[in-house]
Amino acid sequence: MLLEVRDLHVEFHTRDGVAKAVNGVNYSVAEGETLAVLGESGSGKSVTAQAIMGILDMPPGKIRGGEIFFRDRDLLKLKPEERRRIRGQEMAMIFQDALSSLNPVLSVGQQLGEMFVVHRGMSRGDAKVKAIELMDRVRIPAARQRVGDFPHQFSGGMRQRIMIAMAMALEPSLIIADEPTTALDVTVQAQVMDLLAELQRELNMGLILITHDLGVVADVADRIAVMYAGRIVETSPVHEIYKAPAHPYTKGLLRSIPRLDQKGQELYAVKGLPPNLLHIPPGCAFHPRCPMAQAVCRTDVPPLYTVDEERRSACHFWKETLDER
Amino acid sequence: MGRYVIRRLLQMIPVFFGTTLLIFLMVYVMGDPIAGLCGDRQCDPATAAQLRAEFGLDKSVWHQYLSYMGNIFTGDFGTAFNGQKVTELMATAFPITIRLTVVAIVFEIVIGISLGVVTGLRRGRPVDTGVLILTLVVIAVPTFVTGLLLQLLLGVEWGIIKPSVSSEAPLDELIVPGLVLASVSLAYVTRLTRTSIAENARADYVRTAVAKGLPRRRVVVRHLLRNSLIPVVTFIGTDVGALMGGAIVTERIFNIHGVGYQLYQGILRQNSQTVVGFVTVLVLVFLAANLIVDLLYAVLDPRIRYA
Amino acid sequence: MPEQKPWDETTGSGAISGAGAGGAMDLAVDEGTTLEKTPGGPEGTGPAGKPRSLWSDAWRDLRRNPVFIVSGLIILFLVVISIWPSLIADQDPLNCDLAKAQEGSRPGHPFGFDGQGCDVYTRTVYGARTSVAVGVLSTLGVSLLGGVLGGLAGFFGGGWDAVLSRITDIFFGIPVVLGGLVFLSVVASSTVWPVIGFIVLLGWPQIARIARGSVITVKQNDYVQAARALGASNSRMMLRHIAPNAIAPVIVVATIALGTFISLEATLSYLGVGLKPPAVSWGIDISAASQYVRNAPHMLLWPAGALAVTVLAFIMLGDAVRDALDPKLR
Repeated sequence: MLLEVRDLHVEFHTRDGVAKAVNGVNYSVAEGETLAVLGESGSGKSVTAQAIMGILDMPPGKIRGGEIFFRDRDLLKLKPEERRRIRGQEMAMIFQDALSSLNPVLSVGQQLGEMFVVHRGMSRGDAKVKAIELMDRVRIPAARQRVGDFPHQFSGGMRQRIMIAMAMALEPSLIIADEPTTALDVTVQAQVMDLLAELQRELNMGLILITHDLGVVADVADRIAVMYAGRIVETSPVHEIYKAPAHPYTKGLLRSIPRLDQKGQELYAVKGLPPNLLHIPPGCAFHPRCPMAQAVCRTDVPPLYTVDEERRSACHFWKETLDER
Repeated sequence: MGRYVIRRLLQMIPVFFGTTLLIFLMVYVMGDPIAGLCGDRQCDPATAAQLRAEFGLDKSVWHQYLSYMGNIFTGDFGTAFNGQKVTELMATAFPITIRLTVVAIVFEIVIGISLGVVTGLRRGRPVDTGVLILTLVVIAVPTFVTGLLLQLLLGVEWGIIKPSVSSEAPLDELIVPGLVLASVSLAYVTRLTRTSIAENARADYVRTAVAKGLPRRRVVVRHLLRNSLIPVVTFIGTDVGALMGGAIVTERIFNIHGVGYQLYQGILRQNSQTVVGFVTVLVLVFLAANLIVDLLYAVLDPRIRYA
Repeated sequence: MPEQKPWDETTGSGAISGAGAGGAMDLAVDEGTTLEKTPGGPEGTGPAGKPRSLWSDAWRDLRRNPVFIVSGLIILFLVVISIWPSLIADQDPLNCDLAKAQEGSRPGHPFGFDGQGCDVYTRTVYGARTSVAVGVLSTLGVSLLGGVLGGLAGFFGGGWDAVLSRITDIFFGIPVVLGGLVFLSVVASSTVWPVIGFIVLLGWPQIARIARGSVITVKQNDYVQAARALGASNSRMMLRHIAPNAIAPVIVVATIALGTFISLEATLSYLGVGLKPPAVSWGIDISAASQYVRNAPHMLLWPAGALAVTVLAFIMLGDAVRDALDPKLR
């Protein structure tokens, strides 16, 4: 296994108290595999990713427990310098807002080339050649002329391509893409997503695709992990989950996707608000919003039940959920 | 870029004339321009009338202003109270004040930015709190009090420096006065750098730089500092003009015969030509400094360069 | 010119900065101030409590802030003794005895005597009145003039805005101490009015800039656009929707400026053009004391200390208010 997260706990210490952002997350990614991590904002999906990358702001963040195995090393036990060498070379991250994530005062060529200068010890001239190659590879037109341009001179889609090029630069074995297309126009979203999927296949990388958009996931992901209140509530191969979700929350998310064959009907939305991480409800965190909630849901935290060999669900009533259509 | 410079230059023209006119009106309308010309006593009426005619004071204020400006553009700044040409006074006074200002700016850059970076990266730690309190105290104590106290302690009590600077004002004698002149701005530079660093440290592009696996030093110097210093550099640039104009207090305390001293003399003796002349040059310096700051801004921030 | 953020920290580098009286500069309360609170914690874990307004929230914060409490108490004390100085000083500040000149501390005269044989303690107490009067009245004048002109320019934009911008540029071009020397050297009055008049004359553009930027920011908010779309009149828009939301930055800058105005008065008095004897002012006393500093440092230290504490108190108050009103700093 390329990456394995085991029982990860992350907290944030804020003025108003301790926010439990991640409460025992388990997931794994194999080489060449795409795992989609799905959830509302506040579900802990980005925090988990930042913990894997080692870019969590600490303080206020604090990793309370768990292990992150990457190529059989526990990242949380490595020295800061060892972790730094892994970042960029062996794992890389693509952020949501490319405009603010790229340095406004450095040219894109400098920012791309920096990877080679720092990690490979290349000269600036060689690094620039590499930067142009990368820009060609993510299909930025006239790369040679534009290598000296600054981020604000590119369109949103082109900027996100540059972010992708930067992540791919040293051919890492794991890429974490945090909502890579959310900030883009719908027409550009598909192009960028296709590019990402294509490069992933070519380089046989593991990809963690963080998103709140189920529609994006269907085409590119192999497996899905659904997160709620800092926990995994369901994991499944991608096609099964669309056919028959095993958790009421997943079900609600699927029903909230607009569909052509349901034109004219009112769009469904999961009722209620995401939980307050300072006061996570006892028992199953989803119970206040769950249409199937029973007394047991208010008291007992559901474990990850085994649905079948490849599927898990953290619902006391996963069977009923599966059966109910 | 070229058009940007031209637009800025054009915008400065009304500011230049507005500012000089304002000072001109203050001096000419409110004071008596010939009061100082007959030495320390009052001019007798006949001489006064003659002088008025000679200086064109019987004409309208607008006329006087325009002819004064006309003279200035031909390099004629008039005559000071002691019969010296104002330009001669400037030739001795400005080098001294410029030296003093340079010392002050160096203090601002070296001490102000270093303290700001250190505290900005260690927000909330004891060193941060300590420096913050110190800057507040420096800002709160007026420059003339700081100056008097330093003069008392270093000059009079401990004899480390000369309490008053000699008339040539060599660089080493200007170190303490320069620090005094810089003090308030120094505290602002520290706070500004600190705020800017702390704000940018949370920026997305810094997170990207960390995610790229760059060493911390490179993240700070190449990514964080470069962006954070843009407002600091512009502040220091605009401060050049303010420091030269504000040197009047420092120069008085340490008896430095610079621009402030000459202006002070000019005002005491009501010599309007000295006052207006010096102020005009100071306004020009201020405007030039602002222009340079704007250009610097464009150099440092490509978003403006290509806007 | 790069479009200045309304809260650009360099905004204050103009008129009121320079020697002696630093500008109210370190004041970045930016656009966030007038918007809703940003949720704390990761990915938006805002407390699900009842909605609170910016002001009540700020007040709750301030009451807990020791900086605010300390500076507030100092200012309260200063205001009280400037209204009733006789509460703590039973002598006349102008009743001096040359025979006692430069003498040190003795019972009944804890701070000793100055060069004219006046009681330093009494003069220090009475000096507070001048400083507080200059500070408060100048700030009121500057805020009214600058706030109204800047606010109107920001609201209407266009030609008025351009004219105002150029006028503020002109005023920023005059070094403040220098302007004070020129302007005040011809006035022979021992009251505080010429000094206040001068500070208002040169100080208003600074507030005008802040008010203008703040109004422009607030004007772009959706609820203001909505009010406009619903046909609210200009005056109603300004008074009900814009002014209450745009005023926070002005208050912060004005509070800190108050401290710098006090400092400026002392500086001008030190140079001999601010207040003139027989007025009682810390600046005058410091100026007089600087001649005797070698033999009688107490004459310098008491008024200088009082001045520093006063200015510090106002700057700290402004800092605390700024922190409370700026959710981004939390």
